[in-house]
Amino acid sequence: MTATEIAAAVRSGQRSARDVVEEHLAAIAARDRDLHAFLVVVADQAREAAAAIDAAVARGEDPGPLAGVPVAIKDTLCTRGVATTCGSRILDGWEPPYTATTVERILGAGGVVVGKTNCDEFAMGSSTENSAFGPTRNPLDPSRVPGGSSGGSAAAVAAAFAPLALGSDTGGSIRQPAALCGTVGVKPTYGRVSRYGLVAFASSLDQVGPFATTVADAALLLDVIAGHDPLDSTSIDDDHAPVSPQLAAGVAGLRIGLVEELTDVDGVQAPVRDAVAQAGAALEAAGATVERVSIPSAQYALSAYYLIAPAEASSNLARYDGVRYGLRVDADHAAAMNAETREAGFGPEVKRRIMLGTYALSAGYYDAYYRKAQQVRTLVIRDFARVYERCDALLAPTSPTVAFPLGAKTANPLEMYLSDVCTIPSSLAGHAAMSVPFGAGEGGLPIGVQVLAPALGEPVMFRVAAALEAAAG
Amino acid sequence: MARLALSDEELDGFARELGVILEHAEDLAALDLDDVEPTAHPLPLVNVLRPDEVRPSLDRDEVLGQAPAVEDGRFRVPRILDAP
Repeated sequence: MTATEIAAAVRSGQRSARDVVEEHLAAIAARDRDLHAFLVVVADQAREAAAAIDAAVARGEDPGPLAGVPVAIKDTLCTRGVATTCGSRILDGWEPPYTATTVERILGAGGVVVGKTNCDEFAMGSSTENSAFGPTRNPLDPSRVPGGSSGGSAAAVAAAFAPLALGSDTGGSIRQPAALCGTVGVKPTYGRVSRYGLVAFASSLDQVGPFATTVADAALLLDVIAGHDPLDSTSIDDDHAPVSPQLAAGVAGLRIGLVEELTDVDGVQAPVRDAVAQAGAALEAAGATVERVSIPSAQYALSAYYLIAPAEASSNLARYDGVRYGLRVDADHAAAMNAETREAGFGPEVKRRIMLGTYALSAGYYDAYYRKAQQVRTLVIRDFARVYERCDALLAPTSPTVAFPLGAKTANPLEMYLSDVCTIPSSLAGHAAMSVPFGAGEGGLPIGVQVLAPALGEPVMFRVAAALEAAAG
Repeated sequence: MARLALSDEELDGFARELGVILEHAEDLAALDLDDVEPTAHPLPLVNVLRPDEVRPSLDRDEVLGQAPAVEDGRFRVPRILDAP
């Protein structure tokens, strides 16, 4: 059942939330030992929440739009009293004293949190192999990765452990795993969704968003979590117009661009390129006009991102110093304690990015690396602005490839970074983007087509996504 | 600056890997961007302030309960100054 169907059945009393939760907990118990989508399953809490929802329905109250819907939460989001690790040893066992706004909103809407999902350490990675607690496997082919960094959330939805999940996306960490697991994944406009309680990786890029099996379910969850939050100073101070009512609007008259630089680049598999072309043809058949467009600066976006994101991360991760929370390795001097704690607590990819970031920000290299990367960010924004003068939304691949085997890219960090080449440009611009399953590639594995829209362009983006979903059948 | 007590073995591996990554980033060096303003943030936000009102903060005992070492309601750390 989809989240929309579950909520309707629970609200009308046709099905109990308790029954729904038991069904999903049983699915997790049967298969998550092999997949490792979850770091923690909160079965008792989920049962209690479901019982409270059933009691509310019995009293004639409406528990809300997510009534009784199981939701999996990426472990980068704080949950009061429930271990939150970000896939890192340095936070092993930490129980946050507060809950992320997005999770509060899900609970307030009647959603039932079933557990915290695995991810690359501090969301740094594209395969979930950088988790300190072991990798997650792709439910469609357990010899392959689910993508990352939100691989646990994508796998949880693909394996029907929960119809909805939250992830976080800095350079593609929702969209790429959604593509590799055959689910829908949405990176909202920067500022559309509160970051309060999201553990910071790169603060000018991080955004929380939904995973779902259908476009309508993704819209349902986005409408619950979106909107201004006074606890996040970068939250856009504007009411969020719900996207769900847009889904049936169709695409007749919309102007769609196919981004050349993200499609015709080395490393994009032929079936992926073909899927984007077929997606364009499907939209044309549904009444949209489609043209090829160019974002020339996109070729520099990956390099710029892998300077900007590590620079921001090196600053954000300075807080893991062994003083206030998490791991401490004792030493006779505070500076030595900091260094030994971080050496023992961080994995290789996190150390790599901290060093890259401190280097890019250091005197003498700042202008050559960090400032230059920020200037490229301006070029990317300008290029998109020019294209959006004549297009309502854009199409591109989400990931250059379908799901790859575990271990295929772990020896070469740069090759792993290239997994994000198609998702990074819109992240740098702060725009909305989402991945929709569209066709299959090598080994019958799913392909994700990416729909890009300008800032606050979610209504149009979801219309296009709904049309692609209908065409994919 | 990064406060990482890396082993010699790690240093060798990281030096090689970071070299490859920085080499890839060299394509930026070739760009003429003198007239382009840098972008630090996607939103044009300046000085976002909240009303100066008292509101509940985190529970002190709950926060301290997560700390590695505590003394008299404060975080306890090893000495921070060198011995005289």
